[in-house]
Order: sequence, then C-alpha cells, then structure tokens
Amino acid sequence: MTTRIDRRFAALKAEGRAALVTFLTAGDPDFETSLAITRALPKAGADVIELGVPFTDPMADGPAIQAAGLRALHAGQTLRKTLEMVRDFRKSDDATPLVLMGYYNPIYIYGVNRFLVDAKAVGVDGLIVVDLPPEEDDELCVPALKSGLNFIRLATPTTDDKRLPAVLNNTSGFVYYVSITGITGSAAPDTVKVANAVARIKRHTKLPVAVGFGVKTAVHARAIAAGADGVVVGSALVEAVKGSLDKDNKATSRTIKTVTDLVAALAEGVRAARRVAAE
Amino acid sequence: MTIQQPNTFRGGPDERGHFGIYGGRFVAETLMPLILDLEKAYTDAKSDPAFQKEMDGYLTHYVGRPSPLYFAERMTQHLRGAKIYFKREELNHTGAHKVNNVLGQLMVARRMGKKRIIAETGAGMHGVATATMCARFGLDCVVYMGAVDVERQKPNVFRMKMLGAEVRPVQSGSKTLKDAMNEALRDWVTNVADTFYCIGTVAGPHPYPMMVRDFQCIIGRETREQLMEAEGRLPDSLIACIGGGSNAMGLFHPFLDDKEIEIYGVEAAGHGLKSGKHAASVAGGRPGVLHGNRTYLLMSDDGQINEAHSISAGLDYPGIGPEHAWLNDVGRVKFLSATDDEAVAAFQLCSKLEGIIPALEPAHALARVLDLAPQKPKDHLMVVNLSGRGDKDLASVADYLGTKGG
Repeated sequence: MTTRIDRRFAALKAEGRAALVTFLTAGDPDFETSLAITRALPKAGADVIELGVPFTDPMADGPAIQAAGLRALHAGQTLRKTLEMVRDFRKSDDATPLVLMGYYNPIYIYGVNRFLVDAKAVGVDGLIVVDLPPEEDDELCVPALKSGLNFIRLATPTTDDKRLPAVLNNTSGFVYYVSITGITGSAAPDTVKVANAVARIKRHTKLPVAVGFGVKTAVHARAIAAGADGVVVGSALVEAVKGSLDKDNKATSRTIKTVTDLVAALAEGVRAARRVAAE
Repeated sequence: MTIQQPNTFRGGPDERGHFGIYGGRFVAETLMPLILDLEKAYTDAKSDPAFQKEMDGYLTHYVGRPSPLYFAERMTQHLRGAKIYFKREELNHTGAHKVNNVLGQLMVARRMGKKRIIAETGAGMHGVATATMCARFGLDCVVYMGAVDVERQKPNVFRMKMLGAEVRPVQSGSKTLKDAMNEALRDWVTNVADTFYCIGTVAGPHPYPMMVRDFQCIIGRETREQLMEAEGRLPDSLIACIGGGSNAMGLFHPFLDDKEIEIYGVEAAGHGLKSGKHAASVAGGRPGVLHGNRTYLLMSDDGQINEAHSISAGLDYPGIGPEHAWLNDVGRVKFLSATDDEAVAAFQLCSKLEGIIPALEPAHALARVLDLAPQKPKDHLMVVNLSGRGDKDLASVADYLGTKGG
C-alpha cells in the first residue's frame, strides 16, 4: 500500500531533489489563520506538511514551539479542531502529504481507536509522536500501521547502530533524523556530521531520511538538502508567525505572507541542492 | 471494572516498567538509550554488596539514620483514639526524606561516570538534598525550580546556592513543579552525554519509579523494626502525604503484603476538590501520559494538563507516581485529601502539641490523622510519616494566616 508520503518522496527522488518539510503548530495564532497558512504552503513550496498538535507540556520543544502551542491553546485549539483543519485542507489539496506531530496524551485521551478512524477519514497520512519510543509500540504505532497511517519515527545522535534496527522496525513513510541532541529550535547542526549520520541510517533502511531540529535559513536548508531526502523547518517558521502578530498575539494582514515568503525562500534553497536522480 | 487481586502487592514493575496499566517509558528517542543504560547500571549496583555497604555508611554517618520512630504522646492524648507514632524523616540531614533517594541515585551516577547532575524541585527539599550530595561528591549541580516556587521557598533557594548549586528559575507554564520537570527533561535531552537526571519522586520513565521507591523503602523497613521493638507488633495503619509520592511509597511498600494494615495516602485538596484548584490527581484526575509514565493526571477533556494548586509547593504537581495509581486501582491504598486550610490547622496543632514544626507536605497527612485517629480504639497503632521539617514554610504560613485574618 503506498501512501501520499511514499508517492511524494518517490516523485521527488525522480526529480533528483530533497523534500521541504514544513512544521507549524495547528491553530497558531487562531484556527482560521492557521488553516489559511496551511492551504498556502504547497504553492509556496512545501512538499510535506507537518502540523503540530498543541500540548501544554511539550518536553522536547524549545521556547518558540512551546509559545506557539500556548497561543493555539489560548485561541481554543483542540485535537478535534486540528482534525477539522485537516479535513478543510483536504477539500482543496488531495496530493500533499500531511503529518500530525505531537505528544501522546491528547491522542490517548481522545481514544486511540477513535483517533485513528477520524485521522484516516479526514486525510491525515502519518503520525510523529515524540514520547512514544519503540518500547511503547503497542500503544499507537502498531494500531496506526494497521489502520493504514504511516508512523514516522525519530532517530537521534544517541540512536547507535545497535539500536537503529529497533527504531526502524515499524517505521514507515520516512525517518525523521533529529540532527542534534537537544530540543527544537536549538543551535544549527554541523552539516558534515548530519550527512554522515544520514548515510549511517541509510545503511539500515530504504526509507527516505528527513533531517530536522535547528534548520533555520535557506542557506542552511540547502546544505542539509545536499545530503538528505528531506529538510524539516519548524521553529524558524513558528518564529515568523510570531513576528507577524500584533502585541496581543493576534494575526495581522502580514501573517500569511510572512510565512509563505519564508517557505518560498527555504524551498529555493532546498531546490538549489539538486542531486543526481540516479543516486 | 473488577481487578484481579495479585498474590503480592510488591511484585511490580514488570520488565517494561509497568504497574498494571501504569508506568512505562514514554520518552523521546534521544533519552531512550540512556534510560536503558541507567536500568542496567542500577540493576548492577543493586546486586553489588560493596554498593550497599557504601550506601549504608553514608546513611548512618552522613544522613543520620535510622531516623527515630517517636510516640506522639500529646497528640495521642489530644485526639483520644489511636496511638500515634511519627516516623521522624524531618530529622535527616537536609530536613526531609528526599536525601535517601538522592544519595542512592548519585551513587549510581558516579558508577556511570556522570559528572553533571540536574534535578527538578518544588518545595526545594529535593533540590537541597541534591545540592548537598553533589557538594559531598564534588559533582556539578543544576536545579530547575518554578519561578513561583522560587518566590515562596526562598530559604531553600539560598541553601542550594550556598551549597554550590545553580538554581534556574523556570518561567514557562504554571511556573511550578511540573514546569520545572519539563525544563529538566529539556536540559537532559540536550546534555545527555555527561548529565544524570536525579528525579525527586517515584515518577518518570522506568526505572525511576522503581529505583526511587527502592531507595526510600528504608523508611518502612526501619519503621517495621522500630515498632516491633517499641510495641512488639506491626502497625494497624500507615498514613503519608502524596504529591509524587516518594515518602509515602517508602513507608508503605515494605508493608503492602501485610494485608490487615490500613494504608492511607493524602493528596493536596488545595481550595477544595470542587473548586478545581487542587493537586489531588487520584480524586480529581484520570489516567494519562506525562513525564515518561502513565498515571493519574489532572487534565482537560482535550488531554491538556491542568495546573495544580496547593499551598504546599512539594505537593503542587498534577500527577502521582504510577505505582500509587495502581495501588489505588487494586484497592490496597486508600486515597484521601486535605485542603490548604486543614493542612495549615494541622501544621499549627502539631507545632503546639509536639514542639515539632512539620513541613506543609506532611501537615496534609496530619490533617487526616486528626479525624482518623479519634475513630480508632486506643490500642490501634498509627504511623504517620513526618517527611519534612517546616522551617521553609514559616513565611508561607504567616502570609496565609495573615490574609485569612487568623
């Protein structure tokens, strides 16, 4: 069974370039603006969309994404509304892969089975759940795979060769390589080290490898894209949202354009790192 | 829901860190290899007689154990019921039970070659214990503490700094214990190579709930021996306050299979369970996943964690250790609660009757002793864990009484 994620990465491989994966928090700064931004992302150059599910206690996230989650929660965002947002997005876009990223508790409380049925129905393609390592696969990973969703696992610098097979087992769609030991939005990773790490992971899997955590600029995205199948940009986009808001954290006329301009610049960077299709 | 009664209440956790449906290892991948290393290091240490011998030496000569089991004669006379004993954990070096656990964990950290220790703290007692043992072992120490708690527990902040620790006030979220734990986890994930996270209670990812319990069980083991010596028999009831629940687990666990003993855990009811401003996760929460484990948590219908409220910074946490969650479900421990008002009244009464100023945390347990003890016959032996001393709380209590006009 191929999914939107599989098809997109296969198509980009044929084009000989890496994917730009954009992360934004669903409902930041409010439902309508967030939906409008999400709808504008593919045209601006996003190849895969990650929507963050807001959580009060995001223990793997830095200050930028923590604040975005709180803005969304204050504006009334819930997991149910995030699923509605995906459904609305799918009305105008049936091709762009969309992944929900977050923490387990909101899904657990929504009810795992009900969540999987609803997520599949609205057009979610994959899940990234930060606090579910392979040791807890029975919780959500295995049921998600059974229901036809991709379960995208994080591999990190602390995931050594001995552990990699356990992490890659039950992973589908792509592998998300966390380029640093740290939280989102930290210092930029060393591109040589990242390329080596991606090569190491690729020795263990045929899945595409996307790299994230700390990628902020088009130049940097280009450097990472040269050695990976995808580049994830999150905190920089979330900061762009924040920078466009008024003093009460409300959206302004600049908000959507600020984000899409940055996405376009990042996409240009990623596309400039064109690789040989036969690689 | 009917739950099969186990043959033993002391058999948990299973090899994946579960107590029934609770516990587990809900952490980011970056931390997972380290948690597996820690489990191995702790298992090795536990079976090493030299480790136990060294720990016993520190417990005797540095911590000052055994802590006395004291017959609270005037409180017993006052309540005219059960014979009340205090397990005097507040007499330990650093003034609370916390040091039992910190000593054990830092000895494991040294075995693992870790030079930098991080900790979260609420009331500051775990932070002080960690800063103290780090000073003793020559380790770097960073303590995360909610900005609200930094304000209400100033003496402990000063103590930690005096001991050479760096105290980092946490400004995110509710600025209390839960946020301090988030921030400590963020530090750990960033500095995973050289850093050991010394968790202060029986919560977090496996193996922490088990390991912290094991280090705290000395409280219950001593109580068994001391009461046998004093009364020639085991107690009839045990009672302790529960935030995360390490002092309670330490007292309870060695008695869990003595099924005739009544066991009570007392949560913080803040302004009252109906007010929504409390920290009673069993009474007012439901099972969810936070900070590495599944347990009872205070949360919204959307699975967002609610802010806890308690006058006691040490109980001001929206969760509880996973083994307590299980002991509640199987009915072995009965969970009660006490409000801010009740805790402050018990704080005052204990100070006046016994000449012992308790911390606000065990004052919650004492509040329930005030109504449980009179219901019991005079030969009923009740042990309450006096888990910490109240010097740190004097300003909070004075403020509280001032605003209440008391």
